[in-house]
Amino acid sequence: MKISREEIIHIAKLANLNLTDAEIDKYTNDMEDILTFANTVNNVNTDGVDEAIGTDNHNVFRKDEVKECFDRDELLKNAPSQDEGMFRIPKVIN
Amino acid sequence: MAREDYEVVIGLEVHSELSTKTKIFCSCPTEFGGEPNTHCCPVCMAMPGTLPVLNEKVVEYAVKAGIATNCEIAKNSKNDRKNYFYPDLPKAYQISQFDMPLCERGHVEIETENGPKTIRITRIHIEEDAGKLNHDEYGRGSFVDLNRAGVPLIEIVSEPDMRSKEEVEAYMRKLKSILEYIEVSDCKMQEGSLRADVNVSVRKKGEIKFGTRTEMKNMNSFRSIVRAVEYEANRQIDLIEAGGEVEQTTLRWDDISGKTFPMRDKEDAQDYRYFPDPDLVAIKISDEYVENIKNNLPELPESRKKRYIEEFKLPEYDAKLITASKYLSDLFENATKVCNNPKSVSNWIMSDITRILNEKEIEPDEIPFTAEQLGNLVVLIDKGTISTSIGKKVLTEMFENAEEPSKIIEKNGWVQISDEGAIKEVVMKVLEENAQSVADYKAGKDKALGYLVGQAMKATKGKANPGMLNKMFLEELKK
Amino acid sequence: MELYELTAHELRDKLANKEVTSKEITESFAKRIQEKEPDVKAFVNTTLDTAIQKAEEVDRKIASGEKLSSLAGIPIGIKDNICTKGVKTTCSSRMLENFVSPYDATVMEKINDEDLVMLGKLNMDEFAMGASTEYSYFKKTSNPWDLNKVPGGSSGGSAAAVAANMVPWALGSDTGGSVRQPASFCGVVGLKPTYGLVSRYGLVAFASSLDQIGPITKDVEDNAILLNMIAGHDEKDSTSANVEKKDYTKALVNDVKGLRIGLPKEYFGEGINPEVKEAVMKVAKKYEEMGATVEECSISVTDYALATYYILACAEASSNLGRFDGIRYGYRTENFNNLKDIYRNSRSEGFGPEVKRRIILGTYVLSSGYYDAYYKKALKVRTVVKQAFKELFKKYDVLLTPTSPTTAFDIGTRSNNPLEMYLADICTVSINIGGVPAISVPCGLDSQGMPIGFQLIGNHFDEETLYKAAYTYEQNTNFKENKPTFKK
Repeated sequence: MKISREEIIHIAKLANLNLTDAEIDKYTNDMEDILTFANTVNNVNTDGVDEAIGTDNHNVFRKDEVKECFDRDELLKNAPSQDEGMFRIPKVIN
Repeated sequence: MAREDYEVVIGLEVHSELSTKTKIFCSCPTEFGGEPNTHCCPVCMAMPGTLPVLNEKVVEYAVKAGIATNCEIAKNSKNDRKNYFYPDLPKAYQISQFDMPLCERGHVEIETENGPKTIRITRIHIEEDAGKLNHDEYGRGSFVDLNRAGVPLIEIVSEPDMRSKEEVEAYMRKLKSILEYIEVSDCKMQEGSLRADVNVSVRKKGEIKFGTRTEMKNMNSFRSIVRAVEYEANRQIDLIEAGGEVEQTTLRWDDISGKTFPMRDKEDAQDYRYFPDPDLVAIKISDEYVENIKNNLPELPESRKKRYIEEFKLPEYDAKLITASKYLSDLFENATKVCNNPKSVSNWIMSDITRILNEKEIEPDEIPFTAEQLGNLVVLIDKGTISTSIGKKVLTEMFENAEEPSKIIEKNGWVQISDEGAIKEVVMKVLEENAQSVADYKAGKDKALGYLVGQAMKATKGKANPGMLNKMFLEELKK
Repeated sequence: MELYELTAHELRDKLANKEVTSKEITESFAKRIQEKEPDVKAFVNTTLDTAIQKAEEVDRKIASGEKLSSLAGIPIGIKDNICTKGVKTTCSSRMLENFVSPYDATVMEKINDEDLVMLGKLNMDEFAMGASTEYSYFKKTSNPWDLNKVPGGSSGGSAAAVAANMVPWALGSDTGGSVRQPASFCGVVGLKPTYGLVSRYGLVAFASSLDQIGPITKDVEDNAILLNMIAGHDEKDSTSANVEKKDYTKALVNDVKGLRIGLPKEYFGEGINPEVKEAVMKVAKKYEEMGATVEECSISVTDYALATYYILACAEASSNLGRFDGIRYGYRTENFNNLKDIYRNSRSEGFGPEVKRRIILGTYVLSSGYYDAYYKKALKVRTVVKQAFKELFKKYDVLLTPTSPTTAFDIGTRSNNPLEMYLADICTVSINIGGVPAISVPCGLDSQGMPIGFQLIGNHFDEETLYKAAYTYEQNTNFKENKPTFKK
């Protein structure tokens, strides 16, 4: 399967990864191999077969009851940057 | 060609926050406000290893909304992940529904100049709200507050069936009213619990193909939506007339300048990579479940309207206007319970309250006083404690400062003067000072009586009991 | 005999007889860790000081007559992708180098409820992506049988620590073989439970529809005991099965008469090392001798299991790993001017090459235009795989296969070609796709003295039959007596 460098660059962008030129080359090659192999799933006859998401469970629900919230300091203690109880990031203009 | 030669086509994606107690996938409260990040837990903060569990009420409320908008309810449904990066989206995916929404193919009816019109609803699905970014003016950065992250939403997607800004407003108001009546959302637009993405395109009249549409995101007031639709339609028409082409983009409406602007980040073509969320399980909805919800649906506006006409003898027009908003309707019913005078409550709502809402440009859900307070006001008038004209002043005051009417009256010294002696004193004084009018009256000019009463009212700052004044003047003039 | 040489159930009995204290046991393991860690490098972080305090606390409680779990005071090691409140959970990634979870995984709550003593967090391939533990950001763990060889992966630290007697038992996680393959490489017992039997709450997700936490132990009895502790419905995990709680130790019966064993021929084909194949065929023969029936069978769709696995696992991973964005926790680049820099640089610097490769693959197969051909198709193939297993379990009680096509290989000789590397998972991935349970049990050494493991695959929620079969084999052979040599 032929994959272009541009496709890998586009995919990396979607995934928010920066790739060096060498990485782009490497991943382009790797993806060609892996996707050619992955494509073999299309050899399986799945006519009339439903998709299996994973579990056979269904209708697993939670009651609408409030539980005590978590201590904010605990939730924020891993933050690389925080201020006034919020996660701080560079200014985002919408 | 002129603007009149174009037709505007509008479709809406309305987001409504559901009024469940807890978030959609964790047990944190949905309450509006609160200190930043205090309505949070590891799940809604997307801590590594955490998992979502669906709130049963969210499904129930969405199905309710589906039934109330004449949708078909899916027997099989599921949750999907919508993947994109944004700081208010802690998992980097929003749990939503893609190809198997809970409700599909519904419709609502709106009133237009040309009579009733059906707006089709494509689908209603459940999803989670995002958090909030706060920006500070010192440019130190932006700040992420995840209190709102995970608050349940339904998204109601309409077909592009609307043709004017008036229809858009009527449709939005209709949806708002329905959602309020079935008690699945408080629809407080000012708190963002009802907002819409508005899709606008234009085409020459008679054209079958739709024009290229633009989308305006996150509109949260009727006024902005109406203005934005008008602006955007005209912008597109002018563009086409100037030989240009409309580009399919996402726009931001700026309320201050009254213009739309393209959202940034055009370079990043979005690809949401939807796929079924493997952390959640299939949703199966039985006929019994749907029947049960149907049978327990709260009374809808049509039925209330009928009841008001029959039970309270309201004119149809009044009943319709009052029931158009659940807040007004509840206000009417609950105030009537207090004062047992539906006609008077209805009059207050139809006249003064509606006028003040319009002047203030606020929605009925923003009325600050309670139904009980309104009922008490009517009681005070009925008892003769105050006059109707003082009542109007009290009501105006209640909009500013939602106190008990009796308190407002007391504070302002507005109690009606019904003391015979006091009234007589005023009457005598007015008669003495207006000999000409007395003479006119006696000469057969009945109008002169009105003038005298008016003078007495003026002297008492409107507090004199008008019935007693009238009576006493007549008695004195007969002498 | 040193205390650290004993199994957990032996230690339990000694504690019950008051022959030893938890502190003595814990100190014995602490000493062993200090001695062997420089060679084996199994731990990302040890928690020996708090472990000894915890042991003393247990001893005090026992002395004061408090009623505790029979396993109170027994040490344990935990794979570093299971969240432990107050102790770093790194997933062996630079991304989470300093991450301290604010909550305990459900399995940790269960372990803490029974007053076990955690000795530390065990090394793994970064975010459980790999099969040799060489993809850890921090260190390469060595195989205790030959320090130049890999312990397997991704739960390599867990398997090596158990094999090296640095912990009596450990928890691992298995998405495509990550418990069973390292157990096989290190000569210990490893179980991948039925999907949904053990709560995933607090297991840092790699591929949500495939991940399961599983016990890695020195013998089958310990394995059943540890599964007893961690199995059970959890309302915090929607995919957790609401099935009746079982006592798996009741399945530890030395008897396989009449047991129907299927030998799926697809697992004995090309690419399986002849020594491994021979060893597993000997296991089949042994089972026949012990009264089971063994019959060749076929499950041809498993030829496509590996492709299906990589599509599903990478797609889910690409989404699961989106949350590592440098905002709320984890690594944040120092090199940024705007939000986009934070995203891209933090993720590019914080993730290793294999994680990035899988994110790219997963993003690709989910992207517009490819979803139907890859992801949707793979979901359908999963249905076919599940059905195929269901059919086979009408005829057989268990299936017998090799756990891995090879034994442990030399550190640094893993193929640079990812596809070849992925082929090493060929025997294990279809089990995760089918959601069924499987156990790896040691069955000998190859000509280089490296352990070989066989795999028994069971029907949904039929861990008992796996334990019965594995236990009977273990009781009637002496491979358990083989001990690692720490060859340098």
